[in-house]
Amino acid sequence: MGALPAAGHRAGDSGSPAATLAQLKKVKKQKVLLMGKSGSGKSSMRSIIFSNYLARDTRRLGATIDIDLSHVKFLGNLTLNLWDCGGQEAFMENYLSQQRAHVFSNVGVLIYVFDIESRDVERDLATYVNIISALVQYSREAKVFVLIHKMDLIQPMTREDVFDHRAALVRRKTAEAVAIMHKQKPEQVQQQTVPSAAGEDLSINLQLFATSIWDQSLYKAWASIIHDLVPNLSVIEAQLASLGLAIDADEILLFERTSFLVVSKWTSREGERNPYGDRFERMSNILKSWKHTCSKYTGTPRNAEQFSDFEYKMGATFSMFATKFTTNTYILVCMPPGEARFNSAKLNVAAARPWFRFLDGPVVPAQSAVGGGMSSSQVLGSTPSGYGGEGSVGAPDG
Amino acid sequence: MENRQRLQKKDGSKVPDPTTPQTKGKPRLLLMGQRRSGKSSISSVVFHKLPPSETLFLESTARIQKDSLNSFMEFQVWDFPGQIDIFDNPNFTFDMDAIFGEIGALIWVIDAQDDYLEAVARLNSTILHLYRSYPHINIEVFIHKVDGLSDDYRLDIQRDVTIRIQDELSDQGVENAPVNFHLTSIYNHSIFEAFSKVIQKLIPRLGQLEAMLTNLCRTCRFEKAYLFDVNTKIYIATDNTPEDMASYEICSDYVDVIIDFTEVYGSWPRSQQWRERLEGEPWAQPLEEQVACEWAESGMVLADARRPIMLREVDRFLALVAIMKEGSYDKMPQINMNVDVVVKGLTEFFEITKPKEVVGPAQGLASP
Repeated sequence: MGALPAAGHRAGDSGSPAATLAQLKKVKKQKVLLMGKSGSGKSSMRSIIFSNYLARDTRRLGATIDIDLSHVKFLGNLTLNLWDCGGQEAFMENYLSQQRAHVFSNVGVLIYVFDIESRDVERDLATYVNIISALVQYSREAKVFVLIHKMDLIQPMTREDVFDHRAALVRRKTAEAVAIMHKQKPEQVQQQTVPSAAGEDLSINLQLFATSIWDQSLYKAWASIIHDLVPNLSVIEAQLASLGLAIDADEILLFERTSFLVVSKWTSREGERNPYGDRFERMSNILKSWKHTCSKYTGTPRNAEQFSDFEYKMGATFSMFATKFTTNTYILVCMPPGEARFNSAKLNVAAARPWFRFLDGPVVPAQSAVGGGMSSSQVLGSTPSGYGGEGSVGAPDG
Repeated sequence: MENRQRLQKKDGSKVPDPTTPQTKGKPRLLLMGQRRSGKSSISSVVFHKLPPSETLFLESTARIQKDSLNSFMEFQVWDFPGQIDIFDNPNFTFDMDAIFGEIGALIWVIDAQDDYLEAVARLNSTILHLYRSYPHINIEVFIHKVDGLSDDYRLDIQRDVTIRIQDELSDQGVENAPVNFHLTSIYNHSIFEAFSKVIQKLIPRLGQLEAMLTNLCRTCRFEKAYLFDVNTKIYIATDNTPEDMASYEICSDYVDVIIDFTEVYGSWPRSQQWRERLEGEPWAQPLEEQVACEWAESGMVLADARRPIMLREVDRFLALVAIMKEGSYDKMPQINMNVDVVVKGLTEFFEITKPKEVVGPAQGLASP
């Protein structure tokens, strides 16, 4: 896989079956840095997303000391190495000096959290610029997500303006930081062995979100963060689309089992008319709080699986069902009404499970796959890619 | 099945009719208490779905706020400003008959985290006023804001308040006044549960409703069944098994989940082509005939012990929610048939008991 040139290798062209398999077998590791000033809410959001904390439970979290490393298994074949970096100034300086190479090399994603209520914006931005410079130096390919956090503390009417203003500021600072880094002698940057994305693109991949742990905005941000990291995404999407067409669905959502983040989705043309643009994060939010209710009722741990099957028929308006799909995922299907249609869709979804077996982990080599397993490897013909940085990401860290 | 239905009704009619005066208007809930005790927060959270955290921003209530609650029955909710004493007001004399003339409940809110002696004293004088002239008013005391208190402390406070009120009343020669106590908080389900109890007392022939649900639980092996008012998540009836806060919570949250899904996927119109395609070959039937039930029905299997929860809409205000015993998911079709019959019975029940003057809910209750 490492031999394949990353650039220009898109989902459309199919690689050799051997390469595909090799790639599917590999458990992908992604180094994710979670940074920001102390008290900005990094550990809180991590606990909510990956450990199923309730928002109000995060009050009992203390300050993170140094770096809190956790390995989150996400789906079967992706491990997130989450570096929750304590944000007190002494630590920050340490990351930027002694530990610079250790912290900032091989980063897949940097999540930088700003506290919107912070009183010293200038200083926050200065620290941010330093972090970005270090990141550009060691992991130029890394994606950057900036979360403007604690938006619930801002009056609802002014939230958008406040966010836009802060976002513009962060963008400008980021651009400045990157420009400065590139003015320096390129050798310094070129120590990176990562194949450059598209020529000499000076900008970095930056996305901004307004978030709060008290509403669904957190799920929106994290779903986009996760979205880019999921291996074989194009395969999943293609298969969801063919499943959706086959069962006549209006919308299919695929959720990761623990975090209930939307991993992938497919929407029919009719479904696109749905006026609720925020429905994906809303679904995550609804189902996750439902899981809490269940765990309280049944007395099972929060991270345990809480429900297996759900169905809802809303008269002649729509039907929907959710079910445990693969070991690591739940599927939610929203479809037109009709008993016959509903029942056949349920059967078809159950029959489609083997197609998605690769979500549960490294796929077994073709020869040892028996029966239905064969068909699964055939559907996987189209090679997903876009993760050219594989060579660099695989390096041992921590 | 039909026979059982008739039997149920016979059973139900044996339950004594609550001895309440028949009134013409809508039942009324009167919220009173000291200022800052949380009356407006309660009514906003319960009747207007305000998230509890946002009640911090509510302004103090300056005059009587009248709300009406449209549901299977129509209720009026009157929120009184705490600083006004309606019995002893030098500036203005309130028309007592206009306030207390209707059947209803007086909800007296006491802040448990504050010094409540004055509140208790005012409550006592209110009870004495009401007891003589308007004995049909139930007095419900909400010992409120108990979320921050330990379980033991809550009970201590409840005991203390109860004793203070009963002592005072018996000193005045009043015995057996219709006073009930509830421990409440807007940050959990207790406020909804308390309102459920309050409202159930105002429902004519509640016993019959309960008998129907009890019967359904027995035939379908349900652990617990609730009849919910969907908008407020107040339950207006349940079967006769012991009260259980946990099952109320999960059923109430299930209603929430269904409401949310309905909003996201069911609240916008589909296009004409969509409908034409679905009604064309090979289905060749209008969508309405492709479905088994024109109201919402839903079920979910919990992972532990595979206990299913089911929900069935009764009309546009009410939904039946039940927790089933393990392993009954396979019998869903039979259960659905039984539930259908009970729902039909419920619909008839509301058709019969509905006060004739009230025209509001009539469209919603039209039997399918």
